Amino acid sequence: MPDRITLSVARYRPEDESAISFQQYEVPCHKEWVVLDGLNYVKDQLDGTLTYRWSCRMGVCGSCGMNVNGEPKLTCATFLADYAPGPVRVEPMTNFPVIRDLVVEIGDFMRKLTEVKPWIVRKEEKPLSEGEYRQTPSELEEYKQFSMCINCLLCYAACPIYGLEPDFIGPAAIALAQRYNLDGRDQGASERLEILSQHEGIWGCTFVGECTKVCPKDVDPAGAIQRYKLSASLASLKRLLMPWGVP
Amino acid sequence: MRASYTEYHPRWLRRRKSTYWWLERVSYLAFILRELSSVFVVWTVAFLLLLVHAVSQGDNSYRQFLSWSASTPVLLLNLTSLLFVVFHAATWFRLAPQAMVVHVRGRRLPGAWIAASNYLAWALATALVAWLLLGD
Repeated sequence: MPDRITLSVARYRPEDESAISFQQYEVPCHKEWVVLDGLNYVKDQLDGTLTYRWSCRMGVCGSCGMNVNGEPKLTCATFLADYAPGPVRVEPMTNFPVIRDLVVEIGDFMRKLTEVKPWIVRKEEKPLSEGEYRQTPSELEEYKQFSMCINCLLCYAACPIYGLEPDFIGPAAIALAQRYNLDGRDQGASERLEILSQHEGIWGCTFVGECTKVCPKDVDPAGAIQRYKLSASLASLKRLLMPWGVP
Repeated sequence: MRASYTEYHPRWLRRRKSTYWWLERVSYLAFILRELSSVFVVWTVAFLLLLVHAVSQGDNSYRQFLSWSASTPVLLLNLTSLLFVVFHAATWFRLAPQAMVVHVRGRRLPGAWIAASNYLAWALATALVAWLLLGD
């Protein structure tokens, strides 16, 4: 393994540039170093002007998503040694506007996320005296996978549909909606369905499946969307067959 | 739902998606081929309907249909269709476990079982058709 590796980092300085350019930095290639360590080395030792997001360094905060050699990755979980002898191309995540260097604008996702109500919706709260809402392990198992989402947006960067049709609600928001739909304590499925059954909702997805492949938390957003399509179709069929109301 | 960013922000870099985005990764290309395979599925159904129509029109019409089917362009088209239809079926069977969640006695059935059941149904249907065509 070489002791140094070249990072080819995308730079976008809006005050000077109208397009991305690439800048090369040589960084140490220790076997335990991840791409984020390389970027931090650049920031601390070589070029303090490099701009990128990061926080926890342990795959929890979801801040450090970038495209590494064209693949959306959490840079805190992507080892430099796996790309030896290099160079390693680091770019901002695709499908989002770039604010500066490796930082992208995610306001569109944040707005869409709140639209699908990713929280427990109750039509009527039971009195406190009746105690907590209990769940069995099997009930938890139904939605646990989808609750692992850390909003890192790698799925949006991998989804060509979101890139081509920015109105598409997108994989993570739908997976998080499904997380609450499958929660036995929740009663908001019909409210979410109104949003998600629109064309830009679940029907915008053509099952490319890349969102699931790049997900660092094995959430399987593609699976969530297909399951949602199945339940939405069944709900429509029930409404058609029983227009007086589903019991 | 409308995509919404801050309306006027000239300094953000908005990158245009390439027309050839589907050549960027093998998985994207496989997806496009899977979508394209739908055209060949439609052709396979149309060919079957044409066959039924020819049979319903009598012996002469059926023989004309067979002769047309044996021409090189139709043979090539049908061979290509066969490859695409097999690709279409295999890729959808591989994706089926993601869409279908089946519980048996309170436990979730493994995805491999769902894919296997699809292949089994395919094999049984093929065997039935083969028996109808080749059986005495």
